[in-house]
Amino acid sequence: MKPYLRAMRWLFHIGRYMQLLSASFRRPEKGRVFRRLFIRELDAIGTQSIGIVALLSLFMGAVICLQTAHQIGGWIPVYTIGFTVRQTMILEFSPTLIPVILAGKVGSNIASQIGTMRVTEQIDALEIMGVNSAGYLILPKILAGLCIVPFLVILSMFMGIGAGAWVGVATGVSSLADFEYGMQVDFHVFDVIYALTKTVAFGFILTSVSAYHGYYAAGGALEVGRSSTRAVVWSVVIIMVANLILTQMLLN
Amino acid sequence: MIELHHISKSFGEHEVLKDVGATFERGQVNFVIGRSGSGKSVMTKCTVGLIEPDQGHVSFDGRNFTALSRRDRKEIRQEIGMLFQGSALFDSMTVLENVSFPLKMFSNMSDPEISKRALECLDRVELADAGSRFPAECSGGMQKRVGIARAIAMNPKYLFCDEPNSGLDPQTAIVIDQLIMEITREYNMTTVVISHDMNSVMEASDTIHFVHEGRILWRGDRAGLLAGGVPELEEFVFASELMRRIRKAGEI
Ligand SMILES: Nc1ncnc2c1ncn2[C@@H]1O[C@H](COP(=O)(O)OP(=O)(O)O)[C@@H](O)[C@H]1O
Ligand SMILES: [Mg+2]
Repeated sequence: MKPYLRAMRWLFHIGRYMQLLSASFRRPEKGRVFRRLFIRELDAIGTQSIGIVALLSLFMGAVICLQTAHQIGGWIPVYTIGFTVRQTMILEFSPTLIPVILAGKVGSNIASQIGTMRVTEQIDALEIMGVNSAGYLILPKILAGLCIVPFLVILSMFMGIGAGAWVGVATGVSSLADFEYGMQVDFHVFDVIYALTKTVAFGFILTSVSAYHGYYAAGGALEVGRSSTRAVVWSVVIIMVANLILTQMLLN
Repeated sequence: MIELHHISKSFGEHEVLKDVGATFERGQVNFVIGRSGSGKSVMTKCTVGLIEPDQGHVSFDGRNFTALSRRDRKEIRQEIGMLFQGSALFDSMTVLENVSFPLKMFSNMSDPEISKRALECLDRVELADAGSRFPAECSGGMQKRVGIARAIAMNPKYLFCDEPNSGLDPQTAIVIDQLIMEITREYNMTTVVISHDMNSVMEASDTIHFVHEGRILWRGDRAGLLAGGVPELEEFVFASELMRRIRKAGEI
Protein backbone atom coordinates (compact mmCIF):
# COMPACT_ATOMS: atom_id res chain seq x y z
CA MET A 1 0.00 0.00 0.00
CA LYS A 2 1.26 3.50 -0.81
CA PRO A 3 2.53 5.33 2.28
CA TYR A 4 0.15 8.27 1.95
CA LEU A 5 -2.82 5.92 1.63
CA ARG A 6 -1.68 4.14 4.75
CA ALA A 7 -1.42 7.48 6.54
CA MET A 8 -4.95 8.35 5.41
CA ARG A 9 -6.24 5.06 6.78
CA TRP A 10 -4.61 5.73 10.12
CA LEU A 11 -6.12 9.19 10.27
CA PHE A 12 -9.49 7.71 9.39
CA HIS A 13 -9.28 5.20 12.25
CA ILE A 14 -8.07 7.78 14.75
CA GLY A 15 -10.88 10.14 13.79
CA ARG A 16 -13.53 7.45 13.99
CA TYR A 17 -12.15 6.24 17.33
CA MET A 18 -12.38 9.78 18.73
CA GLN A 19 -15.92 10.10 17.41
CA LEU A 20 -16.95 6.84 19.03
CA LEU A 21 -15.42 7.93 22.33
CA SER A 22 -17.28 11.22 22.31
CA ALA A 23 -20.52 9.36 21.54
CA SER A 24 -19.80 6.96 24.40
CA PHE A 25 -19.33 9.73 26.92
CA ARG A 26 -22.75 11.30 26.38
CA ARG A 27 -25.01 11.24 29.41
CA PRO A 28 -26.57 7.77 29.85
CA GLU A 29 -30.31 7.45 29.23
CA LYS A 30 -31.25 5.83 32.52
CA GLY A 31 -29.05 6.04 35.62
CA ARG A 32 -30.49 2.87 37.09
CA VAL A 33 -29.85 0.83 33.96
CA PHE A 34 -26.35 2.27 33.67
CA ARG A 35 -25.44 1.34 37.24
CA ARG A 36 -26.48 -2.23 36.64
CA LEU A 37 -24.42 -2.45 33.46
CA PHE A 38 -21.44 -0.91 35.23
CA ILE A 39 -21.58 -3.44 38.05
CA ARG A 40 -21.87 -6.28 35.57
CA GLU A 41 -18.74 -5.05 33.81
CA LEU A 42 -16.86 -4.70 37.08
CA ASP A 43 -17.56 -8.36 37.55
CA ALA A 44 -16.74 -9.38 33.97
CA ILE A 45 -13.51 -7.39 33.78
CA GLY A 46 -12.49 -7.55 37.43
CA THR A 47 -13.74 -10.47 39.45
CA GLN A 48 -13.39 -12.91 36.61
CA SER A 49 -9.78 -11.91 36.00
CA ILE A 50 -8.57 -12.25 39.59
CA GLY A 51 -7.60 -15.90 39.12
CA ILE A 52 -5.36 -15.43 36.10
CA VAL A 53 -3.80 -12.23 37.48
CA ALA A 54 -3.01 -13.92 40.81
CA LEU A 55 -1.60 -17.03 39.17
CA LEU A 56 0.71 -15.18 36.79
CA SER A 57 1.89 -12.78 39.48
CA LEU A 58 2.73 -15.58 41.90
CA PHE A 59 4.88 -17.35 39.35
CA MET A 60 6.48 -14.16 38.11
CA GLY A 61 7.44 -13.03 41.62
CA ALA A 62 8.88 -16.47 42.36
CA VAL A 63 10.91 -16.55 39.14
CA ILE A 64 12.31 -13.04 39.60
CA CYS A 65 13.42 -14.07 43.09
CA LEU A 66 15.26 -17.17 41.85
CA GLN A 67 16.75 -15.31 38.86
CA THR A 68 18.12 -12.55 41.04
CA ALA A 69 19.50 -15.00 43.58
CA HIS A 70 21.26 -16.81 40.77
CA GLN A 71 22.80 -13.59 39.41
CA ILE A 72 24.05 -11.89 42.55
CA GLY A 73 26.37 -14.81 43.08
CA GLY A 74 27.77 -14.12 46.56
CA TRP A 75 29.43 -10.70 46.62
CA ILE A 76 26.27 -8.55 46.08
CA PRO A 77 24.24 -8.23 49.30
CA VAL A 78 21.43 -10.78 49.63
CA TYR A 79 18.83 -8.11 50.37
CA THR A 80 19.12 -7.18 46.64
CA ILE A 81 16.76 -10.09 46.00
CA GLY A 82 13.88 -8.51 47.90
CA PHE A 83 14.71 -5.15 46.37
CA THR A 84 14.70 -6.48 42.80
CA VAL A 85 11.49 -8.43 43.22
CA ARG A 86 9.75 -5.34 44.58
CA GLN A 87 11.07 -2.98 41.91
CA THR A 88 10.33 -5.30 39.01
CA MET A 89 6.80 -6.06 40.16
CA ILE A 90 5.89 -2.48 41.02
CA LEU A 91 7.58 -0.71 38.14
CA GLU A 92 7.01 -2.92 35.15
CA PHE A 93 5.54 -6.37 35.56
CA SER A 94 2.30 -5.50 37.33
CA PRO A 95 1.47 -2.17 35.65
CA THR A 96 2.42 -3.17 32.10
CA LEU A 97 2.21 -6.91 31.68
CA ILE A 98 -1.03 -7.36 33.61
CA PRO A 99 -2.88 -4.92 31.29
CA VAL A 100 -1.34 -6.74 28.31
CA ILE A 101 -2.68 -10.02 29.63
CA LEU A 102 -6.05 -8.40 30.27
CA ALA A 103 -6.03 -7.11 26.68
CA GLY A 104 -5.90 -10.75 25.63
CA LYS A 105 -8.56 -11.95 28.01
CA VAL A 106 -10.92 -9.00 28.42
CA GLY A 107 -10.22 -7.18 25.15
CA SER A 108 -11.03 -10.10 22.88
CA ASN A 109 -14.16 -10.69 24.90
CA ILE A 110 -15.31 -7.08 24.57
CA ALA A 111 -14.63 -7.02 20.82
CA SER A 112 -16.41 -10.26 20.08
CA GLN A 113 -19.38 -9.36 22.25
CA ILE A 114 -19.89 -5.96 20.64
CA GLY A 115 -18.96 -7.30 17.19
CA THR A 116 -21.61 -10.01 17.42
CA MET A 117 -24.17 -7.40 18.39
CA ARG A 118 -23.13 -5.35 15.36
CA VAL A 119 -23.40 -8.12 12.75
CA THR A 120 -26.69 -9.47 14.15
CA GLU A 121 -28.19 -5.94 13.97
CA GLN A 122 -28.60 -5.74 17.77
CA ILE A 123 -26.80 -2.38 17.69
CA ASP A 124 -29.25 -1.17 15.03
CA ALA A 125 -32.07 -2.40 17.26
CA LEU A 126 -30.72 -0.27 20.13
CA GLU A 127 -30.35 2.77 17.89
CA ILE A 128 -33.84 2.44 16.45
CA MET A 129 -35.30 2.47 19.95
CA GLY A 130 -33.45 5.73 20.53
CA VAL A 131 -30.76 4.24 22.77
CA ASN A 132 -27.27 5.69 22.33
CA SER A 133 -25.65 2.35 21.54
CA ALA A 134 -22.09 3.57 22.08
CA GLY A 135 -22.93 4.91 25.50
CA TYR A 136 -24.94 1.86 26.43
CA LEU A 137 -22.38 -0.71 25.32
CA ILE A 138 -19.01 1.02 25.68
CA LEU A 139 -19.10 3.53 28.53
CA PRO A 140 -19.76 0.94 31.29
CA LYS A 141 -16.82 -1.10 30.03
CA ILE A 142 -14.42 1.85 29.90
CA LEU A 143 -15.39 3.08 33.36
CA ALA A 144 -15.19 -0.41 34.80
CA GLY A 145 -11.75 -0.80 33.20
CA LEU A 146 -10.55 2.48 34.70
CA CYS A 147 -11.75 1.46 38.16
CA ILE A 148 -10.85 -2.18 38.31
CA VAL A 149 -7.56 -2.55 36.42
CA PRO A 150 -5.60 -0.58 39.06
CA PHE A 151 -7.01 -2.90 41.73
CA LEU A 152 -5.92 -5.96 39.80
CA VAL A 153 -2.49 -4.42 39.44
CA ILE A 154 -2.19 -3.73 43.17
CA LEU A 155 -3.27 -7.31 43.80
CA SER A 156 -0.60 -8.46 41.38
CA MET A 157 2.09 -6.44 43.20
CA PHE A 158 1.23 -8.02 46.55
CA MET A 159 0.99 -11.51 45.11
CA GLY A 160 4.29 -11.22 43.25
CA ILE A 161 6.27 -9.84 46.16
CA GLY A 162 4.66 -12.33 48.54
CA ALA A 163 5.51 -15.24 46.28
CA GLY A 164 9.07 -13.94 45.90
CA ALA A 165 9.53 -13.85 49.65
CA TRP A 166 8.05 -17.29 50.12
CA VAL A 167 10.17 -18.93 47.43
CA GLY A 168 13.28 -17.08 48.62
CA VAL A 169 12.89 -18.41 52.12
CA ALA A 170 11.72 -21.87 51.07
CA THR A 171 14.70 -22.44 48.77
CA GLY A 172 17.10 -20.86 51.23
CA VAL A 173 18.47 -18.18 48.91
CA SER A 174 17.42 -15.43 51.30
CA SER A 175 16.35 -15.15 54.91
CA LEU A 176 13.01 -13.53 55.60
CA ALA A 177 14.79 -10.67 57.35
CA ASP A 178 17.04 -10.00 54.35
CA PHE A 179 14.09 -10.10 51.98
CA GLU A 180 12.07 -7.75 54.17
CA TYR A 181 14.97 -5.35 54.43
CA GLY A 182 15.46 -5.35 50.65
CA MET A 183 11.73 -4.93 50.16
CA GLN A 184 11.78 -1.72 52.17
CA VAL A 185 15.12 -0.21 51.24
CA ASP A 186 15.03 2.93 49.10
CA PHE A 187 11.25 2.73 48.69
CA HIS A 188 9.51 5.70 47.11
CA VAL A 189 5.76 6.11 47.24
CA PHE A 190 6.09 7.91 43.91
CA ASP A 191 6.91 4.59 42.23
CA VAL A 192 3.51 3.24 43.16
CA ILE A 193 1.74 6.41 42.06
CA TYR A 194 3.70 6.26 38.81
CA ALA A 195 2.69 2.65 38.28
CA LEU A 196 -0.97 3.23 39.01
CA THR A 197 -1.11 6.27 36.74
CA LYS A 198 0.12 4.14 33.88
CA THR A 199 -2.34 1.44 34.82
CA VAL A 200 -5.34 3.74 34.60
CA ALA A 201 -4.24 4.77 31.11
CA PHE A 202 -3.81 1.14 30.06
CA GLY A 203 -7.23 0.22 31.45
CA PHE A 204 -8.72 2.93 29.27
CA ILE A 205 -6.78 1.82 26.19
CA LEU A 206 -7.60 -1.87 26.44
CA THR A 207 -11.34 -1.37 26.91
CA SER A 208 -11.85 1.44 24.42
CA VAL A 209 -9.65 0.08 21.63
CA SER A 210 -11.29 -3.34 21.88
CA ALA A 211 -14.75 -1.81 21.91
CA TYR A 212 -13.83 0.22 18.81
CA HIS A 213 -12.86 -2.87 16.86
CA GLY A 214 -16.04 -4.69 17.84
CA TYR A 215 -18.30 -1.72 17.19
CA TYR A 216 -17.13 -1.34 13.61
CA ALA A 217 -17.06 -5.04 12.73
CA ALA A 218 -18.87 -5.58 9.44
CA GLY A 219 -19.95 -8.79 7.77
CA GLY A 220 -20.45 -12.10 9.52
CA ALA A 221 -19.09 -14.39 12.20
CA LEU A 222 -15.71 -14.59 10.48
CA GLU A 223 -15.36 -10.84 10.65
CA VAL A 224 -16.23 -10.85 14.36
CA GLY A 225 -13.34 -13.26 14.93
CA ARG A 226 -10.99 -11.01 12.96
CA SER A 227 -12.11 -7.93 14.83
CA SER A 228 -11.40 -9.65 18.11
CA THR A 229 -7.87 -10.53 16.97
CA ARG A 230 -7.32 -6.95 15.80
CA ALA A 231 -8.60 -5.71 19.14
CA VAL A 232 -5.97 -7.68 21.05
CA VAL A 233 -3.11 -6.81 18.71
CA TRP A 234 -3.89 -3.10 18.64
CA SER A 235 -4.56 -2.86 22.37
CA VAL A 236 -1.18 -4.43 23.09
CA VAL A 237 0.69 -2.28 20.57
CA ILE A 238 -0.93 0.92 21.81
CA ILE A 239 -0.31 -0.05 25.46
CA MET A 240 3.38 -0.55 24.66
CA VAL A 241 3.69 2.78 22.84
CA ALA A 242 1.80 4.56 25.60
CA ASN A 243 4.08 2.86 28.13
CA LEU A 244 7.12 4.37 26.49
CA ILE A 245 5.59 7.84 26.28
CA LEU A 246 4.20 7.78 29.82
CA THR A 247 7.44 6.47 31.30
CA GLN A 248 9.36 9.30 29.68
CA MET A 249 6.77 11.85 30.80
CA LEU A 250 6.41 10.62 34.37
CA LEU A 251 10.10 10.14 35.06
CA ASN A 252 10.92 13.72 34.01
CA MET B 1 -48.13 8.59 6.93
CA ILE B 2 -44.47 8.34 5.98
CA GLU B 3 -43.12 10.09 2.91
CA LEU B 4 -39.78 9.63 1.20
CA HIS B 5 -38.73 12.52 -1.02
CA HIS B 6 -35.97 12.06 -3.60
CA ILE B 7 -33.81 9.79 -1.47
CA SER B 8 -30.41 8.92 -2.96
CA LYS B 9 -27.64 6.91 -1.38
CA SER B 10 -24.29 5.65 -2.64
CA PHE B 11 -21.61 3.55 -1.00
CA GLY B 12 -18.43 4.73 -2.67
CA GLU B 13 -18.98 4.33 -6.40
CA HIS B 14 -21.94 2.05 -5.89
CA GLU B 15 -25.22 3.94 -6.30
CA VAL B 16 -27.69 1.92 -4.23
CA LEU B 17 -30.71 4.25 -4.13
CA LYS B 18 -31.55 6.60 -6.97
CA ASP B 19 -34.08 9.36 -6.36
CA VAL B 20 -36.52 7.18 -4.42
CA GLY B 21 -39.93 8.57 -3.61
CA ALA B 22 -42.61 6.68 -1.70
CA THR B 23 -45.67 7.21 0.46
CA PHE B 24 -46.70 4.79 3.18
CA GLU B 25 -50.25 5.16 4.47
CA ARG B 26 -51.49 5.02 8.06
CA GLY B 27 -53.49 1.97 9.09
CA GLN B 28 -52.20 0.00 6.11
CA VAL B 29 -49.58 -2.62 5.47
CA ASN B 30 -47.29 -1.05 2.88
CA PHE B 31 -45.09 -3.54 1.07
CA VAL B 32 -41.74 -2.81 -0.49
CA ILE B 33 -40.84 -5.64 -2.83
CA GLY B 34 -37.91 -6.37 -5.08
CA ARG B 35 -35.09 -8.79 -5.71
CA SER B 36 -32.28 -9.41 -3.25
CA GLY B 37 -29.75 -6.61 -3.44
CA SER B 38 -32.18 -4.16 -5.05
CA GLY B 39 -31.76 -1.77 -2.11
CA LYS B 40 -34.81 -2.51 0.05
CA SER B 41 -32.92 -2.75 3.34
CA VAL B 42 -30.85 0.35 2.60
CA MET B 43 -34.07 2.19 1.76
CA THR B 44 -35.61 1.22 5.10
CA LYS B 45 -32.46 2.12 7.01
CA CYS B 46 -32.42 5.52 5.30
CA THR B 47 -36.06 5.97 6.26
CA VAL B 48 -35.47 5.36 9.95
CA GLY B 49 -32.11 7.14 10.03
CA LEU B 50 -29.82 4.15 10.63
CA ILE B 51 -28.12 5.24 7.40
CA GLU B 52 -27.91 8.91 6.42
CA PRO B 53 -29.19 9.46 2.86
CA ASP B 54 -26.92 11.52 0.59
CA GLN B 55 -29.88 13.44 -0.74
CA GLY B 56 -33.58 13.86 -0.06
CA HIS B 57 -35.58 13.73 3.14
CA VAL B 58 -38.09 11.61 4.99
CA SER B 59 -41.12 12.94 6.79
CA PHE B 60 -43.17 11.20 9.47
CA ASP B 61 -46.70 12.66 9.48
CA GLY B 62 -45.37 15.92 8.13
CA ARG B 63 -42.35 16.12 10.47
CA ASN B 64 -39.11 16.33 8.52
CA PHE B 65 -37.08 13.60 10.22
CA THR B 66 -33.91 13.98 8.15
CA ALA B 67 -33.49 17.66 9.09
CA LEU B 68 -33.77 17.00 12.83
CA SER B 69 -30.80 16.91 15.18
CA ARG B 70 -29.88 13.68 16.92
CA ARG B 71 -31.62 14.89 20.06
CA ASP B 72 -34.91 15.74 18.39
CA ARG B 73 -34.90 12.54 16.38
CA LYS B 74 -35.17 10.59 19.59
CA GLU B 75 -38.79 11.63 19.98
CA ILE B 76 -39.73 10.15 16.60
CA ARG B 77 -37.46 7.14 17.11
CA GLN B 78 -39.52 6.18 20.11
CA GLU B 79 -42.61 6.10 17.92
CA ILE B 80 -40.92 3.59 15.62
CA GLY B 81 -40.91 -0.15 16.11
CA MET B 82 -38.74 -2.34 13.96
CA LEU B 83 -38.55 -6.03 13.29
CA PHE B 84 -35.15 -6.96 11.89
CA GLN B 85 -34.32 -9.55 9.28
CA GLY B 86 -32.52 -11.76 11.82
CA SER B 87 -34.83 -10.69 14.68
CA ALA B 88 -31.89 -8.93 16.43
CA LEU B 89 -33.03 -10.01 19.88
CA PHE B 90 -30.55 -9.22 22.66
CA ASP B 91 -29.10 -12.65 23.30
CA SER B 92 -27.90 -11.90 26.81
CA MET B 93 -31.50 -11.25 27.90
CA THR B 94 -34.53 -13.48 28.32
CA VAL B 95 -37.54 -13.07 26.06
CA LEU B 96 -39.37 -11.10 28.74
CA GLU B 97 -36.36 -8.85 29.34
CA ASN B 98 -36.10 -8.22 25.61
CA VAL B 99 -39.68 -7.03 25.44
CA SER B 100 -39.32 -5.02 28.66
CA PHE B 101 -36.12 -3.35 27.48
CA PRO B 102 -37.55 -0.33 25.61
CA LEU B 103 -39.98 0.24 28.49
CA LYS B 104 -37.14 0.16 31.01
CA MET B 105 -35.10 2.62 28.98
CA PHE B 106 -37.78 5.11 28.02
CA SER B 107 -40.90 4.86 30.14
CA ASN B 108 -41.45 6.02 33.67
CA MET B 109 -43.36 2.87 34.57
CA SER B 110 -42.61 0.94 37.73
CA ASP B 111 -41.13 -2.55 37.44
CA PRO B 112 -44.47 -4.38 37.95
CA GLU B 113 -46.13 -2.13 35.36
CA ILE B 114 -43.31 -2.88 32.91
CA SER B 115 -43.67 -6.63 33.42
CA LYS B 116 -47.40 -6.38 32.97
CA ARG B 117 -47.09 -4.46 29.70
CA ALA B 118 -44.36 -6.80 28.42
CA LEU B 119 -46.52 -9.82 29.21
CA GLU B 120 -49.44 -8.22 27.40
CA CYS B 121 -47.27 -7.83 24.30
CA LEU B 122 -46.02 -11.41 24.58
CA ASP B 123 -49.59 -12.57 25.00
CA ARG B 124 -50.53 -10.67 21.84
CA VAL B 125 -48.04 -12.76 19.87
CA GLU B 126 -49.12 -15.90 21.75
CA LEU B 127 -45.88 -16.35 23.65
CA ALA B 128 -47.09 -15.55 27.17
CA ASP B 129 -45.44 -18.67 28.59
CA ALA B 130 -42.06 -18.26 26.86
CA GLY B 131 -40.93 -15.23 28.85
CA SER B 132 -38.15 -16.95 30.74
CA ARG B 133 -36.49 -18.50 27.69
CA PHE B 134 -33.41 -17.08 26.04
CA PRO B 135 -33.53 -16.19 22.32
CA ALA B 136 -31.15 -19.07 21.52
CA GLU B 137 -33.75 -21.46 22.92
CA CYS B 138 -36.50 -20.18 20.59
CA SER B 139 -37.33 -21.34 17.06
CA GLY B 140 -37.04 -18.88 14.16
CA GLY B 141 -40.78 -18.24 14.14
CA MET B 142 -40.81 -17.61 17.88
CA GLN B 143 -37.90 -15.21 17.58
CA LYS B 144 -39.82 -13.22 14.97
CA ARG B 145 -42.82 -13.08 17.24
CA VAL B 146 -40.69 -11.91 20.17
CA GLY B 147 -39.25 -9.30 17.80
CA ILE B 148 -42.79 -8.13 17.03
CA ALA B 149 -43.68 -8.04 20.72
CA ARG B 150 -40.60 -5.93 21.44
CA ALA B 151 -41.38 -3.64 18.50
CA ILE B 152 -44.92 -2.93 19.72
CA ALA B 153 -44.06 -2.58 23.42
CA MET B 154 -43.88 1.22 23.24
CA ASN B 155 -47.14 1.52 21.26
CA PRO B 156 -45.42 2.68 18.11
CA LYS B 157 -47.08 4.73 15.39
CA TYR B 158 -44.78 3.25 12.77
CA LEU B 159 -43.74 -0.35 12.31
CA PHE B 160 -40.97 -1.54 9.99
CA CYS B 161 -40.47 -5.20 9.20
CA ASP B 162 -37.43 -6.28 7.19
CA GLU B 163 -38.25 -9.62 5.57
CA PRO B 164 -40.40 -10.77 8.48
CA ASN B 165 -40.78 -14.28 7.15
CA SER B 166 -37.41 -15.03 5.64
CA GLY B 167 -36.22 -18.44 6.82
CA LEU B 168 -39.66 -19.55 8.00
CA ASP B 169 -41.76 -22.38 6.66
CA PRO B 170 -44.80 -21.24 4.60
CA GLN B 171 -47.30 -21.90 7.37
CA THR B 172 -45.38 -20.05 10.05
CA ALA B 173 -44.73 -17.28 7.52
CA ILE B 174 -48.47 -16.81 7.01
CA VAL B 175 -49.00 -16.63 10.78
CA ILE B 176 -46.43 -13.82 11.01
CA ASP B 177 -47.99 -12.01 8.02
CA GLN B 178 -51.41 -12.18 9.58
CA LEU B 179 -50.09 -11.01 12.91
CA ILE B 180 -48.52 -7.97 11.26
CA MET B 181 -51.77 -7.25 9.46
CA GLU B 182 -53.86 -7.55 12.63
CA ILE B 183 -51.69 -5.37 14.81
CA THR B 184 -51.48 -2.75 12.08
CA ARG B 185 -55.28 -2.42 12.19
CA GLU B 186 -55.45 -2.69 15.97
CA TYR B 187 -52.94 0.06 16.67
CA ASN B 188 -53.70 2.00 13.48
CA MET B 189 -50.01 2.01 12.63
CA THR B 190 -48.19 2.96 9.47
CA THR B 191 -46.57 -0.37 8.67
CA VAL B 192 -43.82 -0.95 6.14
CA VAL B 193 -42.98 -4.54 5.22
CA ILE B 194 -39.99 -5.44 3.10
CA SER B 195 -40.34 -8.70 1.29
CA HIS B 196 -39.40 -10.68 -1.77
CA ASP B 197 -41.92 -13.37 -1.01
CA MET B 198 -44.94 -13.34 -3.35
CA ASN B 199 -46.95 -15.44 -0.91
CA SER B 200 -46.64 -12.74 1.67
CA VAL B 201 -47.41 -9.96 -0.77
CA MET B 202 -50.64 -11.66 -1.82
CA GLU B 203 -51.50 -12.41 1.81
CA ALA B 204 -50.96 -9.17 3.60
CA SER B 205 -50.32 -6.15 1.37
CA ASP B 206 -52.49 -3.06 1.13
CA THR B 207 -50.10 -0.99 -0.97
CA ILE B 208 -47.05 -2.16 -2.91
CA HIS B 209 -43.87 -0.41 -4.03
CA PHE B 210 -41.62 -2.32 -6.41
CA VAL B 211 -37.91 -1.53 -6.16
CA HIS B 212 -35.56 -2.43 -8.98
CA GLU B 213 -31.86 -1.54 -8.92
CA GLY B 214 -32.42 1.28 -6.48
CA ARG B 215 -35.41 2.85 -8.24
CA ILE B 216 -39.12 2.60 -7.52
CA LEU B 217 -40.39 1.26 -10.84
CA TRP B 218 -44.00 0.66 -9.91
CA ARG B 219 -46.54 1.35 -7.16
CA GLY B 220 -50.00 -0.08 -6.75
CA ASP B 221 -51.89 -2.86 -5.01
CA ARG B 222 -52.44 -6.63 -5.28
CA ALA B 223 -54.91 -6.43 -8.16
CA GLY B 224 -52.59 -4.21 -10.16
CA LEU B 225 -49.65 -6.47 -9.44
CA LEU B 226 -51.17 -9.38 -11.35
CA ALA B 227 -52.28 -7.16 -14.19
CA GLY B 228 -48.61 -6.47 -14.92
CA GLY B 229 -47.43 -3.75 -17.27
CA VAL B 230 -43.82 -3.12 -16.27
CA PRO B 231 -41.52 -5.85 -17.68
CA GLU B 232 -39.16 -5.93 -14.64
CA LEU B 233 -42.14 -6.27 -12.33
CA GLU B 234 -43.67 -9.06 -14.38
CA GLU B 235 -40.37 -10.88 -14.34
CA PHE B 236 -40.26 -10.58 -10.55
CA VAL B 237 -43.88 -11.51 -9.89
CA PHE B 238 -44.09 -14.37 -12.33
CA ALA B 239 -40.69 -15.83 -11.58
CA SER B 240 -42.21 -19.03 -10.19
CA GLU B 241 -44.17 -21.69 -12.00
CA LEU B 242 -46.93 -21.31 -9.41
CA MET B 243 -47.45 -17.63 -10.21
CA ARG B 244 -47.37 -18.33 -13.96
CA ARG B 245 -50.12 -20.89 -13.50
CA ILE B 246 -52.18 -18.41 -11.53
CA ARG B 247 -51.85 -15.95 -14.39
CA LYS B 248 -52.93 -18.63 -16.86
CA ALA B 249 -55.88 -19.61 -14.75
CA GLY B 250 -56.94 -15.99 -14.59
CA GLU B 251 -56.85 -15.65 -18.34
CA ILE B 252 -59.14 -18.61 -18.95
N1 LIG C 1 -23.12 -0.61 4.52
C1 LIG C 1 -22.98 -0.88 3.22
N2 LIG C 1 -21.82 -0.59 2.58
C2 LIG C 1 -21.67 -0.85 1.26
N3 LIG C 1 -22.60 -1.40 0.49
C3 LIG C 1 -23.78 -1.72 1.05
C4 LIG C 1 -24.02 -1.48 2.45
N4 LIG C 1 -25.29 -1.88 2.71
C5 LIG C 1 -25.78 -2.36 1.56
N5 LIG C 1 -24.89 -2.26 0.56
C6 LIG C 1 -25.12 -2.66 -0.85
O1 LIG C 1 -26.35 -2.11 -1.27
C7 LIG C 1 -27.04 -3.01 -2.11
C8 LIG C 1 -28.46 -3.18 -1.62
O2 LIG C 1 -28.45 -3.88 -0.41
P1 LIG C 1 -29.76 -4.18 0.43
O3 LIG C 1 -30.54 -2.94 0.58
O4 LIG C 1 -29.34 -4.87 1.65
O5 LIG C 1 -30.53 -5.18 -0.52
P2 LIG C 1 -31.93 -5.92 -0.22
O6 LIG C 1 -32.88 -5.36 -1.24
O7 LIG C 1 -31.68 -7.36 -0.47
O8 LIG C 1 -32.33 -5.63 1.17
C9 LIG C 1 -26.26 -4.29 -2.13
O9 LIG C 1 -25.58 -4.38 -3.36
C10 LIG C 1 -25.29 -4.16 -0.98
O10 LIG C 1 -24.08 -4.77 -1.30
MG1 LIG D 1 -32.43 -6.89 2.91
